[in-house]
Amino acid sequence: MIYREAGQFKASYEEDQQIFPIKQDRIVMAALVAAAFFVAPFVASEYWLQAVLTPVLVFALAALGLNILTGYAGQLSLGTGAFMAVGAYATYNFLLRLDGLPFLVGLVLGGLSAAAVGVVFGLPSLRIKGFYLAMATLAAQFFIVWALAKFPWFSNYSSSGIITAQRIEIFGFAFDTPARKYLLTLAIVSLLALVAKNLARTNTGRSWMAVRDMDVAAEVIGIPLMKTKLLAFAVSSFYCGIAGGLYAYTYLGTVEPDGFGLDLSFKILFMIIIGGMGSVLGAFLGAAFILLLPVGLNVLMHTSVGALVPATLASNLELIVFGVLIIFFLIVEPHGLTRLWQIGKEKLRLWPFPH
Amino acid sequence: MARVIGDVILDLQNISLSFGGVKALTNISFDVREGEIRAIIGPNGAGKSSMLNVINGVYHPQQGRIVFRGQERRRMNPHEAAAQGIARTFQNIALFKGMTVLDNIMTGRNLMMRRNFLWNALYWGPSRREEIAHRKRVEEIIDFLEIQNIRKTPVGRLPYGLQKRVELARALAAEPSLLLLDEPMAGMNVEEKQDMCRFILDVNEQLGTTIVLIEHDMGVVMDISDRVVVLDYGRKIGDGPPDEVRNDPVVIEAYLGAGH
Amino acid sequence: MGFFLEVLIGGLLAGMLYALVALGFVLIFKASGVLNFAQGAMVFFAALTFVGLTERLPAWLGLSPEWAGLFWIALLLTAVVMVLLAWLVERFMLRKLVNQPAITLFMATIGLSYLIEGVAQGMWGAVVRGLDLGIADEPVMGLLERYNLMISKFDLVAATVAGVLVAVLALFFQYTKVGRALRAVADDHQAALSIGIPLQRIWVIVWAVAGFVAIVAGLVWGSRNGVQFALTYTALKALPVLILGGLTSVPGAIVGGLIIGASEKLAEVYLGPFVGGGIDSWFPYVLALVFLLIRPEGLFGEKHIDRV
Repeated sequence: MIYREAGQFKASYEEDQQIFPIKQDRIVMAALVAAAFFVAPFVASEYWLQAVLTPVLVFALAALGLNILTGYAGQLSLGTGAFMAVGAYATYNFLLRLDGLPFLVGLVLGGLSAAAVGVVFGLPSLRIKGFYLAMATLAAQFFIVWALAKFPWFSNYSSSGIITAQRIEIFGFAFDTPARKYLLTLAIVSLLALVAKNLARTNTGRSWMAVRDMDVAAEVIGIPLMKTKLLAFAVSSFYCGIAGGLYAYTYLGTVEPDGFGLDLSFKILFMIIIGGMGSVLGAFLGAAFILLLPVGLNVLMHTSVGALVPATLASNLELIVFGVLIIFFLIVEPHGLTRLWQIGKEKLRLWPFPH
Repeated sequence: MARVIGDVILDLQNISLSFGGVKALTNISFDVREGEIRAIIGPNGAGKSSMLNVINGVYHPQQGRIVFRGQERRRMNPHEAAAQGIARTFQNIALFKGMTVLDNIMTGRNLMMRRNFLWNALYWGPSRREEIAHRKRVEEIIDFLEIQNIRKTPVGRLPYGLQKRVELARALAAEPSLLLLDEPMAGMNVEEKQDMCRFILDVNEQLGTTIVLIEHDMGVVMDISDRVVVLDYGRKIGDGPPDEVRNDPVVIEAYLGAGH
Repeated sequence: MGFFLEVLIGGLLAGMLYALVALGFVLIFKASGVLNFAQGAMVFFAALTFVGLTERLPAWLGLSPEWAGLFWIALLLTAVVMVLLAWLVERFMLRKLVNQPAITLFMATIGLSYLIEGVAQGMWGAVVRGLDLGIADEPVMGLLERYNLMISKFDLVAATVAGVLVAVLALFFQYTKVGRALRAVADDHQAALSIGIPLQRIWVIVWAVAGFVAIVAGLVWGSRNGVQFALTYTALKALPVLILGGLTSVPGAIVGGLIIGASEKLAEVYLGPFVGGGIDSWFPYVLALVFLLIRPEGLFGEKHIDRV
């Protein structure tokens, strides 16, 4: 009885085009964001902030980036990890080599570097589609990780390409505790999520989806394929680049090229499959799900249920569960958790009189 | 508003098109006048769809000239054709299946939207005003085609007849001067066909849009078109007002078969 | 010159193995339109199952670990396991994803590869195991004496086995009833169904055959580098071969494999030193990609015209 849109009439198209046209949604969302900013940093333990909440946000951002390219624009990428690596290493080098460069500027420059690399590896999308394009992104994945490990300049001549993030300082304020790093991550991710939503609901997003759903028809109604696809690659890689920067600076602190391998790319792909393709919310749900699942499994393995599972199987349970879930979601609900969420809301809207 | 048939706006001269040695169109010439409804008919495989694809640049003919609004061209891509005011629908519906009806129609206005992605990222000021302004125009088309109640429905869930209508709406959203319709009534029941006929005539009369259409239903073609081109095996075998074409022995022979 | 020849021949022999794995992909793609990323996981699974069986069978059946028949029993049982896997995949995955976009199926096979890897290690453990097929990895004496060429006997045998298998499969698809049905399915699913070809059984058959191919690839590779998780990366070796050869072409897989194998080795030897080595992770991809941009349908693939 609480979740109702009765009586909420839209008097203008402006009101109808809001991100959350239903009032209750707006209230819940505002409460969530407020809680994330003002409650979580004080309530959550350091462990939770550092090892759960911050990575969920960082991965959600990367998943958002992949979702722009794959979910909205329909171009499958297996190179997400590499674009994150470009963001991390570029940010590191900008901050290292340009004295007094503000952190945020360095981060944005890192994102822009990733965008530029993304466009280069997106160029084949003008001639090739589908699997073949996925292979092109695999080329990016292997080449970039190899280059970062092989050319010591990128890591300032540290051993095996490891970089250690510099101290983050913005206007003289140091972001040096887990709570502060979490807040910084949250602010950046929230902002970029809003931007993604705006892109998705305007002409830019419609052009992406049109190219995804039927490229010939999109071209016939005047959508320039090349520009649209490359823009998707650029924006997506920018997001991944920023996510990579945050991965190094607010989450891990120390990263190496191999940490951005194919497994990372697959992990993020799984997030959007399970969270929901072509949805901003899906990126967050997927990231939370994929990161919390191993934690949940681990807890389960330490209970009496876990004692029944042989040790060799237990250590591989994560792989098995991921595999099964991916197949399950692709078969049963290709729009992922987001769609389940929407179905839940529809039911609630009509409850208790579903007819 | 009375219908005014104006000058020639599209002139096709000696068009030939082949795919790896297979001839799809051979030396075809015809013209389209401003404000008229021009039909292309012919048996299956006669090259009708190929003809439309040539007009809006999906296929590039090996020979021939195309003059559209005084500008001559040998080839152009679909994107340029759209920019010059040519819109179309497809034989097998080519809607964007994952998007709502409203979004599908809004894509039709993409060429008129000037704000780039940086403005859109902010969805503020000019970008928001532009979205709203185009939404208003799209709502007019939605009213015109009587699809108000489905505007937020993903097109993949709509029945066939309605999808055809949404596709027409998307083409109209571009405010084209030349509208190409590839079998707009294929697979429809009588009632849906009547609706579609009415919409096509309304578009032509009220908006003054020039229409080139391919249709198999002879009754419909003879009723609504001003002039008819008949194709057979990629060649033009007839051209003229419906009555004339209907009584042309060559056309009867080819189209209806010797038995008639 | 002798050194160049050695590198070239070594590359071509390795390429034969790439072709073998690529062939697994081509079979499945032809029959079901699925680019099966899990092919690498299947190689790993097959090799691990074989090794696991040879370790445990003696205890289970009370046989001597030295008995020569053990090899064949383990091989047979592994083949049975691969057929079972094919059946499970068809029953619980492919059947439910009919008419989905190809890219969805591809992503499902990525999930499948995780699942297979997890099950393989869950069943047999994750330790690296040795596998000895009794073929020495030493230069062929005749070639060394007469032409002064260092060509590994192992490579030669492995490439021969791969070559024979490729030839047998090509003949199988060309001349048997199942092969004809399979080509019909590849051509047009609907049409094949309408003339009464049991699509689902065909799928089980090709996945099983791809499983047999995985066994051979797994044994050869496993005996060279040890049976370990890295065997799953054979899929990543085969992907550029597929791009080069076209997804649907058996000859394409062979020629593509040879080209990739040879150019990869040559590049590593002659180009590697200038950039710090290790370029075989990406060189085949870039090579295939450049080729792809020039000829999007691959070496032997069919040109595709979009109809609207």
